[in-house]
This record gives sequence, C-alpha cells and structure tokens, in this order.
Amino acid sequence: MSTVEERVKKIVCEQLGVKESEVQNTSSFVEDLGADSLDTVELVMALEEEFETEIPDEEAEKLASVQDAIDYIVAHT
Amino acid sequence: MLSPLGNNVASSWEGIKAGRSGIGLIDRFDATDYNTKIGGAVKDLDLSPYLSPKDARKMDPFIHYGLVAAQEAVDSSGLADFESLDKDRVGVAIGSGIGGLEFIEKTVITLAENGPRKVSPFFVPASVINMISGNVAIRFGYQGPNIAITTACTTGTHNIGYAARTIAYGDADVMLAGGSEMATTRTGIAAFSSARALSTRNEDPEKASRPWDKDRDGFVLSDGAGVLVLEELEHAKRRGAEIYGEVVGFGMSDDAYHITSPSGTGAEKAMQNALRDAGLQPTDVDYINAHGTSTQVGDVAEVSAVKNVFGDHAYKLAMSSTKSMTGHLLGAAGAIEAIFSLLAVREGILPPTINLDNPDEGCDLDLVANEARKADLKVALSNSFGFGGTNGTLIFSRYEG
Repeated sequence: MSTVEERVKKIVCEQLGVKESEVQNTSSFVEDLGADSLDTVELVMALEEEFETEIPDEEAEKLASVQDAIDYIVAHT
Repeated sequence: MLSPLGNNVASSWEGIKAGRSGIGLIDRFDATDYNTKIGGAVKDLDLSPYLSPKDARKMDPFIHYGLVAAQEAVDSSGLADFESLDKDRVGVAIGSGIGGLEFIEKTVITLAENGPRKVSPFFVPASVINMISGNVAIRFGYQGPNIAITTACTTGTHNIGYAARTIAYGDADVMLAGGSEMATTRTGIAAFSSARALSTRNEDPEKASRPWDKDRDGFVLSDGAGVLVLEELEHAKRRGAEIYGEVVGFGMSDDAYHITSPSGTGAEKAMQNALRDAGLQPTDVDYINAHGTSTQVGDVAEVSAVKNVFGDHAYKLAMSSTKSMTGHLLGAAGAIEAIFSLLAVREGILPPTINLDNPDEGCDLDLVANEARKADLKVALSNSFGFGGTNGTLIFSRYEG
C-alpha cells in the first residue's frame, strides 16, 4: 500500500502534467508546478476521489502546496 | 484537415481522387442498440505532437480536431516563418455545428451520478464552440478578430465567407477560417437517427453515403475539421506565400420555411447572391461541390435549385458530392469542401460522386459518377445548407498569378 505522500504526489503529477522529479513536498501548486485557478479546483476534486473524502471549499483554498495537501489528508482521513 | 479519409490535406485529397470511402462501423461507443451503427471517424490520431495530456484532457475532441487542422494550415502557409507578421492583423473564425457534445454528455452523467461538486471546472471552456478560435489565438498569438459562427451544417462555409469579408473590409490581413466537428457520440447518433436522417446501411458502410442515387437512405454522420488560411492578396504576394486559389464570391440566405426540410428556393438565393458578389455569370462556373448529403429530399432540391440558377449551363458544368466519400461533417463540411474545391481548380481534377449507380429521377446533371476526371477548371462553387434553413455559397477561382 502506497503512503499518503506517494498517492498525493501521483495525483499531482497526473493532474498538473508534471514529472515526479519536479514534485517536492514544498512545491507550490501555482508558483512551482504551473497550476492555474481551474487546475487547483480540479486537483482538489481528484484528491477527494482518491481519498474518498470531501474537502470543503474554505479548506481547499488553503491547500497551496504538496505538503498542505498531505497534511490535510492525514488529518482528515 | 482531419477527415475520415486521412489526418491531413494530402491524404484526404488522395482518398477523394481515388474515390475511396472513409465510412465504417462506429467504435467510439457500443452502438448495439442503435438503428445506425456506421459513421465516418477520424482514425489513429496521435495528439502528442500538439497537446500535452494535461491540456488535451481539458478540451472536447472537437477542439482537438480544430487545433490539429489549424496547426497544419499554419505550417503549410509559412506564416510562422514570416518574421514581420503583424499578429494584431491576424484573426480566427473557426466554428462548430454542435460543439463539445461528448464532454457535455460525460458531465451530465457525472452530475446525475455524483452531484454538482464533481462537475469539472473545465466543463465550459472544454465545450463551448468559440474555444477553437480562442485556443488557436492563444497558441499562435493572433490578436485580431476572433469569432466562431455557428450555423449547423453551414458553419464552415459561413466562417470562411465571413473571414474573407473581414479581410476585404480591412479588419485583418490574414484569417484562419473553417470548422470542426465530433458529433458521432451517443446522443449525436441517437438524435439524428430519431430524426430519420441517417443511413442504416450498416452491413455495407462504404456504400452508405450515395448522394443522388435511387437507393440512398440518409446521410452518414462524420467527424473532422478543416482550416484555411485566407490572406489579403498583396500581403500574400509580399511574403511569397503559396496561393491555392482566390475566394471571389460569398452568398447567404435563409429558406424561412422549416427547421430541417429545405425549400430549394433558399439555396437558389444563396448561389445567386454569391454570383452577384463575385461579379460572375452562371456560365462562368465550371464545378459545383454540392451540399449533397444523401438524403431523399435535400439531394433533389439542390439539383432543382442548380437548374433554376444555371439554366442550360447546369447541364454543361460538373457537380459532385465529396460527402459520398467523407460522409457529412456538419460544421466542418463546408470547410473541408472549400479545400477540396480549391484543390479541384488548382489541379484540374473533378472529385467524383461515388456510389452513384442509378441516378434518381431528375438527377440528370453531370454528377461525376464514381470516378474522378481531369478537366480545365477555373471557377468552383461550394454549397452548404443547414438546419434552420440557413444557406451559404462560396465561389473560388484558380489563381492565375
């Protein structure tokens, strides 16, 4: 079973079309990985599906980096 | 150009000259429950040279097709190599008859099954019709007029005519113009099938599109895209562009009659308006690329309209339907047929009407049955007629230099 970190990074790669080597825990979706506002909405939807959870909009807006997403998932699933 | 005959202009045109059919069994979805199980698909398209998987996912296939055709048009025009190109003076007019039907279908299913929070933020830009024009402008940096006319099966013709007028009016030096369609989806086939518009010759797909033949039983729905580069003549000459022909006339009209059935007289008015715009006499026209979809009513109405407009000359000119080979590409039809018309006058070749074994009563013109022929052609006319009774006619002439 993959760790939460591995699963989050895999989804980030798929959704944002970036290579695994480009994705660091500190990577910002917008600043470092080239996401626009619509990309980040879709990324959150993909995370919700992968982890079978619902991320409220006000929480989703705070997820700016890979580590933010990992922390949220670990805390809420 | 993308068509059921090939994924560029050269291969599609070779298919036309060889009288090949691009129609086959539908494999995009399971058509078991459908009366019509045939269509004209774009085959073996590799998107990777054009779009990253990430970007491709945010667009319906009709946008993919439009972008691929636009890229071929830009590449073959040499525009990208023309360093002094003023991109403020380059515009785009590429439409679609229906737009992102497949993306809309998938989204409706997602909405019904999983609720509104699961609807993609890309749904609108993936589906709306002007997003080929929008994406082409973004890709190439063209900041001139940007529009997408939507007039059902007349879409391609209207966009090209509008683009030519935009240049003639002085609003742009160069326009990318055409249409794209990918409507052979579950709802697309079902809807045209319910309207009893589609051929059900499922056992013999290559024989299904047979304009003017006694045994025709409806049109064949197809996918693809056509994009042309239209350019002000002096601008084209100045940069040494290869000139395929001239757009000399454009005419429009509406039947004001019925949502789907043609009146015939509307088609006459479109052809007359195009001839007037071109300053040509009916006797100047050598070839007509007909709308000719292979429906009972439409085919006969168009022949009758041509007889009324051209009189005795109707029996001297040649008329064919390339839809006998490509099927009906709806909003892309006028665009690919404009390209075929231009190549016909340029190369002196009359495209055939295949599957024309027994011409129907009254269909007694030279319909270039079954085999392409050489001919000295100067002027070609291309017709498109669409739901809503909307008609468009373009006239092209050979470029004499």
